[in-house]
Amino acid sequence: MTEFTPLVSLLGGALIGLASVLLMAFHGRIAGMTGILTGLLPPIAPDWAWRAAFLGGAIIAPALMVLLTGYDVGFASPVPTPWVIIGGLIVGVGVFFGSGCTSGHGVCGMARLSPRSIAATAVFMGASFVTVYVVRHVLGGF
Amino acid sequence: MRRTIFAGLIGLVFGTGIAISGMANPAKVLNFFDLAGDWDPSLAFVMGSALLVAAIGYFFVLKRDRPILEPRFHLPTNRKLDASLLAGSALFGIGWGIAGFCPGGAIPALGLGESAAWIFVAAMLVGIAAAKTARDALRPRVAKTV
Repeated sequence: MTEFTPLVSLLGGALIGLASVLLMAFHGRIAGMTGILTGLLPPIAPDWAWRAAFLGGAIIAPALMVLLTGYDVGFASPVPTPWVIIGGLIVGVGVFFGSGCTSGHGVCGMARLSPRSIAATAVFMGASFVTVYVVRHVLGGF
Repeated sequence: MRRTIFAGLIGLVFGTGIAISGMANPAKVLNFFDLAGDWDPSLAFVMGSALLVAAIGYFFVLKRDRPILEPRFHLPTNRKLDASLLAGSALFGIGWGIAGFCPGGAIPALGLGESAAWIFVAAMLVGIAAAKTARDALRPRVAKTV
C-alpha cells in the first residue's frame, strides 16, 4: 500500500517536464535516460561529457534534497533480488531495441507527437499493467 | 565547459522531479500498475504534468532556429513503427512491471543509496551493452542480405 500523492506527483512531473524543455532549449537534446546512458557505454559517444554531467546531476539530486531539506523520499522495493536482476536485464534489452523509455518516449516523444513514441508508450505501459496483473494476481507473487 | 555545467544543472532538476514524484520508488510504481490491487494513481499525475509542461515548452523552444548552446537540434528522424520499436517496448514494459524501475526512475534512485537501485542499474547496463553488441554483430549480415 502506498499513499496517493497527487500534489507532489504533479510538482515532480512538472520538474521532469521542465528538465526536458531546458535540455532541448540549451542542448537541443531529447531528455531520454536510455539515449543518454547508451552514449556512455562502449563505444563511448564523442559528446560523453554533457551526458555524464546530466547523469551525475540526476544521481546527486535526491541525495542533495534529503540533505538540504530533510524531505522524505519514500523508497521501498518489494521485489526479491533475483527478480530485480531479471527485470533489469529485460529493461536494458527492451529500451535499447525500443529506442527509449518513459522519459524519452513517454515524455519527450509524446510531447512532440512522435508516432513512434506514442506507439512505444502505449505498448510499454500496456505490457507493465499486464505484467503486474500476472505477477500479483495470477502467480501470487510480489 | 558551459554545456557540461548546464547539463549537470538540468540533470539536478530532472533527478529532483523524479525523486519528488515517486518515480524512483518501485513500490509506488508497481502499485500504479496494479489496477486490481491497492491502486495508486499518482504516476498518472506525474506523466500528465510532465507531458503538459514538455509539450508547451517544446512548442516555443522548437520555433527557434537552434538551441542556445549548440548549432542544431538533435531530433529523431525515424518515423517507422518497426518490429524493433514494438518488441523492444513490450520487453521494457515487462521488465518495468517485474522490477518497478524504469531507467529514468532508477538512475536518481542510485543517489538514495538503495541497494535495489544499484543492482537494477547494473543489470540494466549489462542488458543495454548486450543488446548493443548483438545489434552490431548482426548489422553487417543484415546489410549483406539486403
